[in-house]
Amino acid sequence: MASAFEYAPAPESRSVVDIAPSYGLFIDGEFTEAADGKVFKTVSPSSEEVLSEVARAGAADVDRAVKAARKAFEKWSALPGSERAKYLFRIARIIQERSRELAVLETLDNGKPIKETRDADLPLVAAHFFYYAGWADKLDHAGYGANPRPLGVAGQVIPWNFPLLMLAWKIAPALATGNTVVLKPAETTPLSALFFADICRQAGLPKGVVNILTGYGDAGEALVTHGDVNKVAFTGSTAVGKAIARSVAGTDKKVTLELGGKGANIVFDDAPIDQAVEGIVTGIFFNQGQVCCAGSRLLVQESVQDEVLDALKRRLSTLRLGDPLDKNTDIGAINSAEQLARITALVETGEAEGAERWSAPCELPSSGYWFAPTLFTNVTQAHTVARDEIFGPVLSVLSFRTPDEAVAKANNSQYGLSAGIWTEKGSRILAVADKLRAGVVWANTFNKFDPTSPFGGYKESGFGREGGRHGLEAYLDV
Amino acid sequence: MPTTAPSPKLSTAFEQGGAPLSDATASDSALRRFLFGLPGVDAVGLEARAASLGTRSIKTTAKAYAIDLAISMIDLTTLEGADTPGKVRALAAKAVNPDPTDRTTPRTAAVCVYPDMASTAAAALAGSGVKVASVATAFPAGRAALDVKLADVRDAVAAGADEIDMVIDRGAFLSGRFLKVYEEILAVKAECGPARLKVIFETGELSTYDNIRRASWIGMLAGADFIKTSTGKVATNATPANTLLMLEAVRDFRAATGVQIGVKPAGGIRTTKDAVKFLVLVNETAGEDWLDPHWFRFGASSLLNDLLMQRQKLSTGRYSGPDYVTVD
Repeated sequence: MASAFEYAPAPESRSVVDIAPSYGLFIDGEFTEAADGKVFKTVSPSSEEVLSEVARAGAADVDRAVKAARKAFEKWSALPGSERAKYLFRIARIIQERSRELAVLETLDNGKPIKETRDADLPLVAAHFFYYAGWADKLDHAGYGANPRPLGVAGQVIPWNFPLLMLAWKIAPALATGNTVVLKPAETTPLSALFFADICRQAGLPKGVVNILTGYGDAGEALVTHGDVNKVAFTGSTAVGKAIARSVAGTDKKVTLELGGKGANIVFDDAPIDQAVEGIVTGIFFNQGQVCCAGSRLLVQESVQDEVLDALKRRLSTLRLGDPLDKNTDIGAINSAEQLARITALVETGEAEGAERWSAPCELPSSGYWFAPTLFTNVTQAHTVARDEIFGPVLSVLSFRTPDEAVAKANNSQYGLSAGIWTEKGSRILAVADKLRAGVVWANTFNKFDPTSPFGGYKESGFGREGGRHGLEAYLDV
Repeated sequence: MPTTAPSPKLSTAFEQGGAPLSDATASDSALRRFLFGLPGVDAVGLEARAASLGTRSIKTTAKAYAIDLAISMIDLTTLEGADTPGKVRALAAKAVNPDPTDRTTPRTAAVCVYPDMASTAAAALAGSGVKVASVATAFPAGRAALDVKLADVRDAVAAGADEIDMVIDRGAFLSGRFLKVYEEILAVKAECGPARLKVIFETGELSTYDNIRRASWIGMLAGADFIKTSTGKVATNATPANTLLMLEAVRDFRAATGVQIGVKPAGGIRTTKDAVKFLVLVNETAGEDWLDPHWFRFGASSLLNDLLMQRQKLSTGRYSGPDYVTVD
């Protein structure tokens, strides 16, 4: 944005976080090397700088971690809920105390702007632990009868888009209900989970209750197929989710899957236009669009389409892309070269299929993985960019004429994770939300999260709910 | 009189040679239809956007630019029953030369006084480039007959006011007599002659954001040169959210008509931090064309001293204190 009012660089200091040159696996309360000694590097996606070298878990390490979790389960599950709550409250408070450090760390390892880690990720992470800490001694009143029992050892595999937040979504309800966990963070973002391991030690959490295995898909596969795991929780791609569902078929493992999405953000002609434009931006450009519940399909009523698109392009031109540690950065880096290649390929497909591409005029840094905020117009239901999850800062714009058409198009997707409705008419919100097959429907807002609210999908977006009272069920033998 | 409700899509209507905006004010019912055809405002979303822009981190060179710009945008104001010629002259001197220890400090945009002090201010500011602004139209309540209000304006203009800050008839607005509000602004505008007209809505009394958007359009359609939030005399004055909303209104009005209109938040802006947040709102909503004292003002009295202290801090690296800026 060329303006007389140029914002000077305002970088958050890196000195608040001390990243060690190497990290081990966190098993049974100790950091340890992988059994076969393998390691891998984690880089900062905004600069391609190597941040650290971490142990790469294999099947033997998975077995060791599951054994540790099994051993810890007996005592942990026998603790009164109020005692487990103490640990969770302690963890929540330590996260708050260390939130600046963790925000900088997450921004370095993931590439997302510090504005988001500071104002969204970290407050939500702490809130999630506080929330489930409150449930730990009230499980009798959760609606599952008296004294609901935990499942045992939970094997959890999380993605790279919200590394610490997804960890919180998995670990907080598991511990509150008396399970022990083995968690594998994504290979491109292992660091915040390892810092969380340190927080567990700081909180005095008994050994083996939380085990963190950094590694690749093979470690994840070994974890979810391990014979002594009672519960599998996965957040990630639909393809991997399907493989997991196949691998646990025929076992008595309880499974929750939170997979992809192609959320429809529906703007009616009586919408508050300025706020709808903000909501569209939040819907698809929050976290560079690398959000499973992103509002990646804009469905706009034809009578306001030009007005909304003009306003949207004007707004996108003001987005500030660049150094994720700069407090004024709106759009950070794409998480990995692999993801950037996928986004680029899908955008090329969109152009080849005849959709009209518009990208915000912004300069991309010369190193790191970057993609300018982009939207496609003249998109129909038949276009790949209207159907496939891009998982990047790319919005597909479709139009509709009537509320029925909007609902039909919104539901015409193999996914069903999220949707948004923009209208000033309350009765329309209720009527449309009722017909949308999506796990979350936001009205006159988008991408708002709260630990008290259940989250999950329909169709190929997965099953099971995380968050709220509903999130307890996934970790209880009920 | 149009037979259908005017479209809220003003820019499109204008470009396509649709009903000109003058039709919107052809009758009470036409104006009502037009105002109710404007897009609604979602309060939660508006306030969230204003708050999010408030997290911009403005440092070093950007801060220096913002401080000088903010000083140059101040309507240095005294609107007290106890105002005297001496007080007004002191304020005028400060407006021309805000920091006696640093002559590079920009002067303020204007001095804002009651009409009976306008001649004193005009004499004190003659040749300085600082404008004389006078409130009028039975400020701040506006509860007087139209003749009295117009006489008030005439008086101020005759006394040398370059700018008139009028208040709208909130009673008429809240009882739905929008054309009365519009016509009163027209009448005041006609009385202003060469003076620029700022129209005060008293946003705290209009209460809803939808009302503020409608009032903004009434003001702009009636020929306001500036739209202004408030008098500074009620509980809620300028806020980031209501100013953001008014910036959207002038942005949309220029897109529809090509006519640029200024914005003036007034009341409650006391610190440099606040002022910088408002300038960020201007920059990222209306755009840099409004980053100019001709198009954006702060109605404030205590703000100037805080800006001066921050300016001294930037240039010397040390905080001084309230004794190192002048008290008026």
